[in-house]
Amino acid sequence: MRLWAKLEDRNPTGSVKDRAALNMIRQAEAEGLIKPGMTLLEPTSGNTGISLAMVAKQHGYKLICVMPENTSIERTQLLTMWGAEIITSPAAGGSNEAVRVAKGLAAEHPDWVMLYQYGNEANAQAHYDSTGPELLEDLPTITHFVAGLGTTGTLMGVGRFFGEKKPDVQIIAAEPRYGELVYGLRNLEEGFIPELYDASVLSSRFSVGPLDALRRTRELLEVEGIFAGISTGAILHAALGVAAKAVAAGEEADIAFIVCDGGWKYLSTGAYEGTLDEAEAAIEGQLWA
Amino acid sequence: MATEVRVPTILREFTGGEKAVTAEGPTLQAIIANLDANYPGIGGRLIDSSGLRRFVNVYLNDEDVRFLDGLDTVVTDRDAITILPAVAGG
Repeated sequence: MRLWAKLEDRNPTGSVKDRAALNMIRQAEAEGLIKPGMTLLEPTSGNTGISLAMVAKQHGYKLICVMPENTSIERTQLLTMWGAEIITSPAAGGSNEAVRVAKGLAAEHPDWVMLYQYGNEANAQAHYDSTGPELLEDLPTITHFVAGLGTTGTLMGVGRFFGEKKPDVQIIAAEPRYGELVYGLRNLEEGFIPELYDASVLSSRFSVGPLDALRRTRELLEVEGIFAGISTGAILHAALGVAAKAVAAGEEADIAFIVCDGGWKYLSTGAYEGTLDEAEAAIEGQLWA
Repeated sequence: MATEVRVPTILREFTGGEKAVTAEGPTLQAIIANLDANYPGIGGRLIDSSGLRRFVNVYLNDEDVRFLDGLDTVVTDRDAITILPAVAGG
C-alpha cells in the first residue's frame, strides 16, 4: 500500500489550475476566439482566476474575475498582483452565485469573452494531455487516482486518459463539504452541475467536511512536510479511506492523489492555527477549496 | 433502529427547522418514504419518477449514493445520511 502525492503546487502560480488556464487560452487563440487586447471574464473561487490572470498578463489580455466574497484575502491580493479586476458575488450560494453573476455580465458585454472553466473542454483536455500521461509515466503501477471535484476538469481529463490507457485504475472524486452558507440556495433548482461532468468517468465520489480536511492538511504538514491548501486535505482524506478499504481487502494499491495548491493562500483563514475545532470555526462560511 | 439524516437549509421548511432528523428503513428508498410520512412533502423534493432529482446529492457516510446502489443502497442504523444541493467549485 503506497500513497503518492502529485505536487501541483509547484506550477507557476502555485496551483493545478495553471494547466487548465493555459490550455483554455491557447485553445481560444487557436480557434481565433480571442486576440491580445481583448477582455476575458471568468467566474472563479480563486485558483483558476489567479492562473488565468498570469496567462492573460503574459499574452496581453485584460481579465475580470467574478469571485464570491467569502474567499481568502490572499486570493484577492494575488489576482490584483497579476493585474486582474475583481467583481465580487454574494457569499450565500458560493460559486453558484459567481457563475450566475458572470453569465449576466457576459450577456451585457458581448465583447467580453468568458472562457468558462465549468464547460470548456480545454480544461479537461489539459489533464488528458498532461496530468494523466505524467502520472502513468512516473507511476506505471498506479491503481487509484484521487482528486478534488470542482469544475471536474482534472477528474474528467485524467479519468478519460486512464479509461483508454489503463482502465483498471479507479477514479475517485473528493468533494469539499462547506458550511451551510455556501449551500444557501433559494431552491434546489438553483443547484449547479458543471457541464464538463460525466459521472460515468468516476468510480466513486466522497464528500469531505472541514474537520476531516483540516486534520489531514495538518497531518500532511507534520508527517510529510508538505504545506498544502485545505482542499488537498479533503483529497487526502478520501485517499486514506480508499487505502483503508484496500488494506482490509488484502489488496496491493498505488494511490496517487493531487496536491492542488500550497497553504500560502490560506494562512489568513486560521486553518493552521489553534485546535482543529478552532480552525473549523475559523473557516466556517469560507470557500476553502 | 433509526438512521440519522442531515437536512440542508432549503429543506428544513419540512422538518420544522431541524438540521438532523431520524428515519427508518432498510434502503435509501425506504428511508425517504419514511421521511416523507413524517415530514410530508420532503420526498417529492428529493426524488421524482426517474429517481434522485438532478440537483440533489445524497451521501451515505460521506459516499455519494449514485456510486453505491442509488435508491436501493442498503442503510443501517449505524449509518448517517447527508442530503446536499449540488453546488459549484473551481
